[in-house]
Amino acid sequence: MEAIEIVLTVNGDERRLAVDTRASLLDVLRERLGLTGAKKGCDHGQCGACTVLLDGRRVNSCLALAVAHQGAEVITVEGLADGDDLHPVQRAFIEEDGFQCGYCTPGQLCSAVGMLDELKQGWPSAVTGDDDDLGDEPSDDEIRERMNGNLCRCGAYAGILAAIKEASR
Amino acid sequence: MNRVEGVAKVTGQARYAYEYPVEGVCHAVAVQADIPRGEIIRVDAREALALPGVLAVLSCEGAPELADTSDYELALFQSRTVAYRGQIVAAVVAETLEIARQAQRLIKVTYRPGEFDVRLTGTHPGLYRPDKVNPAYPTDTGQGDVEAAMAAADSSVDVTYTTPALHNNPMEPHATLALWEDGDLTLYDSIQGVSTGRDSVAKVFGLPPEQVRVHAPHVGGGFGAKGSPRPNAILAAMCARAIRRPVKLAVTRQQMFSFTGYRTPTIQRVRLAADAGGLLTAVAHDVVEQTSRVTEFAEQTAIATRIMYGAPNRGTSHRLARLDVPTPSWMRAPGECPGMYALESAMDELAIECGLDPIELRIRNDPATAPESGKPFSSRNLVACLRAGAERFGWDGRDPRPGIRREGRWLVGTGVAASTYPVYRSPCRATARVGPDGRYTVAVAATDIGTGARTTLTLIAAAALGVPVERVTAEIGDSALPPAPVAGGSMGTGSWGSAVVLACRALRRALDEHAGAVPDTGIEAYGDTAEELAGQQDFARHAFGAQFAEVRVDTGTGEVRVSRLLGVFAAGRIINPKTARSQFIGGMTMGLGMALMEESVMDHEFGDYLNHDFAQYHVPTIADIRDIDAVWIEEDDAHLNPMGSKGIGEIGIVGTAAAIGNAVHHATGRRVRDLPIRIDRLVG
Ligand code: FES
Ligand code: FES
Repeated sequence: MEAIEIVLTVNGDERRLAVDTRASLLDVLRERLGLTGAKKGCDHGQCGACTVLLDGRRVNSCLALAVAHQGAEVITVEGLADGDDLHPVQRAFIEEDGFQCGYCTPGQLCSAVGMLDELKQGWPSAVTGDDDDLGDEPSDDEIRERMNGNLCRCGAYAGILAAIKEASR
Repeated sequence: MNRVEGVAKVTGQARYAYEYPVEGVCHAVAVQADIPRGEIIRVDAREALALPGVLAVLSCEGAPELADTSDYELALFQSRTVAYRGQIVAAVVAETLEIARQAQRLIKVTYRPGEFDVRLTGTHPGLYRPDKVNPAYPTDTGQGDVEAAMAAADSSVDVTYTTPALHNNPMEPHATLALWEDGDLTLYDSIQGVSTGRDSVAKVFGLPPEQVRVHAPHVGGGFGAKGSPRPNAILAAMCARAIRRPVKLAVTRQQMFSFTGYRTPTIQRVRLAADAGGLLTAVAHDVVEQTSRVTEFAEQTAIATRIMYGAPNRGTSHRLARLDVPTPSWMRAPGECPGMYALESAMDELAIECGLDPIELRIRNDPATAPESGKPFSSRNLVACLRAGAERFGWDGRDPRPGIRREGRWLVGTGVAASTYPVYRSPCRATARVGPDGRYTVAVAATDIGTGARTTLTLIAAAALGVPVERVTAEIGDSALPPAPVAGGSMGTGSWGSAVVLACRALRRALDEHAGAVPDTGIEAYGDTAEELAGQQDFARHAFGAQFAEVRVDTGTGEVRVSRLLGVFAAGRIINPKTARSQFIGGMTMGLGMALMEESVMDHEFGDYLNHDFAQYHVPTIADIRDIDAVWIEEDDAHLNPMGSKGIGEIGIVGTAAAIGNAVHHATGRRVRDLPIRIDRLVG
């Protein structure tokens, strides 16, 4: 096994560790750093359960090799809240019942946070019209388009949509 | 009420089976057969074992013996037989997951392949009649003369529907963490029932149940696929025993298509006959489905037809083909889900034959008592659901002519179907405890697989105790708690809640005896529902519902969008509206998947399901769900349980696919009788 030392900033903490060159960021978070919030639903980039924010952008951490992200800043679901103060998206998920089993939830939450930031920055999606102002509250279709990489087999989509709308206000 | 574990779930603190921090835990991965049938000649593990960090390889060569091998799927490495492609034939344990996966590819298994048969057809020469269908229903039933009624009918349909194999695909892949200490086994397992799971695992290892403990505080969905221990539980325990260290194992998404269960494909012939007034004179439902060569699994597909509509001439039958396939298993509403798809689609076809509105046809044939058994219904509010739904959905004035509503490039149509699910209950025990601080704890070995069980049980206990919910905690997910049935058959809340109510009532009596003063040690009381359950009166107990769908079909591409989905249910008293609504909608969402996209395709050449990941087995995404809602009507039924509740976990999926298929017909004039309603089945 080849191990390479890397440094990651995870939820604000600097973490230095030697990783197997084959290890995904997801497995490093879960197995090495004890951050089991990010979930493994498919390990193939097909479900979004492993979504984290990597240098501010949402990624499927099962598809990211840890060694390729030397020095990166990672935010996982464990890092969304400010102490006991939940992130507005987390609060809205609870209020709107945006989950059932909760297994897709960390990925949904990180994805939603990343997506709201993309909107704020004015990044258009496939459904954005020429005259749409992305600074406004996002339309249902914008949310559906941008969140459809995060599968929820429990079918909590109605609650997820309502929660993200709520949090975007 | 919001979910009591809500904060834990949105902050990533809720731990699932694979996630328990255990010192020195090792990783196991499974090696699968790549032939569909045959014998293992040799397992060559030398190269794998030579890899640094590999601790053991288990296979039929020198595998530890298991005490009970009656369940083939759990009797790992106990023979050289391969009964289906994807069966576990070896496992490797290593210090890290990366090493284990590398070693997995170095294990060489040689086989003597045999002839195999994986093709289900309606005329399969091996079709046979099982002794019963799940769990214990008669295989066939019949009254009167269906043939004669068909010949004499004013209107009739004789149609065959097919449904493909479907995979449950809970988001959390099956996983187990196993630890042995002084001969005692502890499992953190992704399972729907910890008491029954413990008993099954204990049996396989020949241990008394007290020596096995199963923890499952959070389970990432199951939908039946985690209804009993799957090979992962046994494998993790075998590996841990072999290397004398804790071992964890997660099934991969691809492997879930082989050995964690699926819904059998079905071929269903439905015959309906009606007189000039639209009264049914015959109802017949004949089902062909598959099971494996090693275990009989007989899905009860036609049983809903036995209770849905009145008709003097009737019959149902089930025939199975034993194939070289993995054993089918439970998937959300086994029986009712595929069966009601066929019956409710045929009812739509009959309504058109009769020139009747499909809601009216169902109302006219709503029986006063259960059609085959003659038993009274404890409550039956299908008609009320249909009427309430029609009003809310805007059904009145619907033009029945198909293929005439065009909006731009879309053809628009609406459809309706009925839904039903039986009310099951199993014996259960629970304890209720109060401490000197005035906090109450109820304990029962229930599991919360996303249903909201922990929250619902908290509400039930608070109501039974007459205290605010903030003072109550529900302890679940541990086989050391009072034994409870599985979270399956929509019987969880009914079974567990009844025991909790009995325990809480006993606690109140005990508190009265103490004149309200709680000693330092607290007071504990006990509830057991076995006696009450045995004394229940004989009723036909079923929940009912009505599903309404509006679809838009692209005239150019054949793309189907479900623009509206409404479910109206009559399921006794709804205990927690917030989580109940999510349960219903979740079931309807899975039903939408069944209607339009879900299908496991058998590769007849190689004998395996071809599509075995989310890239190829499509489940609904948020972009597929538009206007969706579930509501319910008040139902007061004193013959159920102390809460007056019926199960709600499964009824949501029942009838959804039929409502969507009926709407597609209304939109396009095309009757697709084979699910899913793929684009190629609509265009051309
Ligand atoms: S686990 Fe990464 S996308 Fe599914
Ligand atoms: S909440 Fe269970 S998969 Fe989304």
